[in-house]
Amino acid sequence: MESKTPSRRTFLSLSMGIPLGAALAACGTSGPTPAGGGASASGGNAANKASYWFLSVQPQEGVRTRAVERFNKANPNEQIAFTAMQNDAYKTKIKTAIGAGQAPTIIWGWGGGTLRTYVQAGQVEDLTPWFEQNPAVKDRLFASSFGAATIDGKIYAMPAETMQPIVLYYNKKIFDQVGVQPPESWGDIMALVPKFNAAGIAPFSLGGQSRWTNMMWLEFLFDRIGGPEVFQAVFDAKKDAWSHPAALDALTKLQDLVKADGFIKGFSSITADSNADQALLYTGKAAMMLHGGWTYGGMKTDGGDFVSGGHLGYMNFPPVEGGKGDPSNTVGNPGQYLSISSKATPEQKEVAKKFFATAVLNDEDVKEWAGTGAVPIVNGADSAFAASEDADFLKFVYGIASNAKAFAQSWDQALSPAAAEVLLDNIAKLFQLSITPEQFASNMNAVIGS
Amino acid sequence: MSALATPVRRTPPAATRRTRGGVLPWLAVPALALFVAFGVIPLVGVLFLSFTSWDGLGEIQMSGLTSWRAVLGDPGLMHALWVTLLVMVVSWAVQTPASILLGVFLAGRQRYRAVLAVLYFIPLLLSQAAIAIAYKALLDPNFGLGAGLGVDLLIQDWLGEPVLAFSVVIFVVSWQFIPFHSLIYQGGVRQIPRSLYEAAEIDGAGRVRKFFSITLPQLKYTIITSSTLMVVGSLTFFDLIFVLTAGGPADATRVLALDMYKRGFQASLMGPASVIAVILVLVGLALALLLRRLGGRDANASQLEGA
Repeated sequence: MESKTPSRRTFLSLSMGIPLGAALAACGTSGPTPAGGGASASGGNAANKASYWFLSVQPQEGVRTRAVERFNKANPNEQIAFTAMQNDAYKTKIKTAIGAGQAPTIIWGWGGGTLRTYVQAGQVEDLTPWFEQNPAVKDRLFASSFGAATIDGKIYAMPAETMQPIVLYYNKKIFDQVGVQPPESWGDIMALVPKFNAAGIAPFSLGGQSRWTNMMWLEFLFDRIGGPEVFQAVFDAKKDAWSHPAALDALTKLQDLVKADGFIKGFSSITADSNADQALLYTGKAAMMLHGGWTYGGMKTDGGDFVSGGHLGYMNFPPVEGGKGDPSNTVGNPGQYLSISSKATPEQKEVAKKFFATAVLNDEDVKEWAGTGAVPIVNGADSAFAASEDADFLKFVYGIASNAKAFAQSWDQALSPAAAEVLLDNIAKLFQLSITPEQFASNMNAVIGS
Repeated sequence: MSALATPVRRTPPAATRRTRGGVLPWLAVPALALFVAFGVIPLVGVLFLSFTSWDGLGEIQMSGLTSWRAVLGDPGLMHALWVTLLVMVVSWAVQTPASILLGVFLAGRQRYRAVLAVLYFIPLLLSQAAIAIAYKALLDPNFGLGAGLGVDLLIQDWLGEPVLAFSVVIFVVSWQFIPFHSLIYQGGVRQIPRSLYEAAEIDGAGRVRKFFSITLPQLKYTIITSSTLMVVGSLTFFDLIFVLTAGGPADATRVLALDMYKRGFQASLMGPASVIAVILVLVGLALALLLRRLGGRDANASQLEGA
């Protein structure tokens, strides 16, 4: 019997099916019926049903879910079906779905470079006129959060949820146990590393397999050593911007920290999606962790009495000796972003806009977000903090965000997806010590402006 | 219609003799239709995409050989090709002897061997992604098996050191697929006529001699079938590696299929990703043809008739 053909066929369809599936779908469908995905909420037989995809990490998922549920309850005839997905899986799936004309009505995102690609492909609604008609919606939100939602002077997304600066967390119990003080400079960090290692505790926790976690270190080192101009030059596509002396200095300092065993053993196989990096901090296996403000909520939920017992310390990234950057600067996410698919039906778009106007960051939602230990991007949100059990952390984050001279958007969100992927790959290699700072710079210079 | 008829004309004489009635060729139509829909059309589409630049969202633009030049000039491609071949060869070398030995052992008729065969088969029933997640948790140096049992030897940076991570991938792949290939060999061994062993026993051959002089030569075609499945299948290892190591640390386990995914869906470069897809097809075809040549013309013919 002929058995070569089946094996070849199986192989072909396996290897080719994926890209072509996307290609065919993109060419073939332009129908105005976006799929809802695996919807997990439904409200009877509503006529106008919009769909909404977002990230599944707790406790944020719960807040997002309850906002939709409240909206669905208040609007029996206008329903939103939602699907929650993991971070890295979501990034891929949303792009594929949009490319295939199967986007959800409401597209959750980070703004910046990815939003720009959606805009260039004509896949998201221009919300500028809607914001002009509804100034009350716009004026409630932090003006600074609109930057990453604005492409060529037009607003393509509603800033939502919370601002998330990157914070240096530390475990107070471990610091007391080893008898040391939180670092006030880069020199202090390097001096703390051998002390923690001698005590059998990893100095820093890191979920290195996710790669963007490593990137946060570079974002701060670049800023503290050379100021925000260094990355701005990359963003502005200036030739050889990665070879700036401050950049090379930052890359070298980072590798010095890796070589000194600054990060926990096995960091390059730990993923941030599983929150294993946070667990290392609250279980006392690691003393410090540089991570987004959003991890506060996770540690509060999963860490037992770690947060409630006052064992979690937090601070802004310390200055580097001789660095030019303002130590009040911060990096991270100035907000999350909700866009409306241009392929949605007019009814679905109306549902989405009603959701934006009435449910996103309304008083109850603001309270819920503050309850996760994050600062909602609503003017005067700090008045809601006093009642919160996380008042200290919330005031700290609000202070960082309102005092920062520069609040740089996360690099992988600010750059185009193609450049961001090269960046993340090279950062992983840099942390693995398999490339030198000079090789990193030349690899990255090659994709500037792409 | 002529295109559909061509493969039929090429079939060996034994088959044409049976199909003289004119009915049997039509039985191939559903399979051919599926092959065209899911094999040929996507292949042509990917070939087309490899000459374009497309970010997966906007307009597809013809860009000639740009993507080909970019990929072929990228040292990352050679690395991914090398890792792919390494995975293929090492996983074959690990799986084949183990599968043959297990298959020979399981070929006996005792009841406990049947029970063992069922137990061995369980890994194949699990999804690769689930296996990867389970192993990732077990191998975690801080919260995994080693730390849980307090065994220092098990506390390694399993997925963070290039050589260890590669070995883990090979181990997990073998763990999953050895049962399947053992089953193939078990079937192969049971087909060997008992008279051969009886004759050998009369001549005073021991177990080892019987294994090397009868079992192994008689399994030749089973080995080729099993190797073809292993080798061509190893080109498609994606989900396991994606979940386990994501190609890391620092590209140590970045195989071609993963490279294609990363370029296509993470970097939104559909052109270069399609180039890699085409390269994967060519490598797969070359391997399948090579193995067929090694096996000889009658490799896929039934061995029972002559026995």
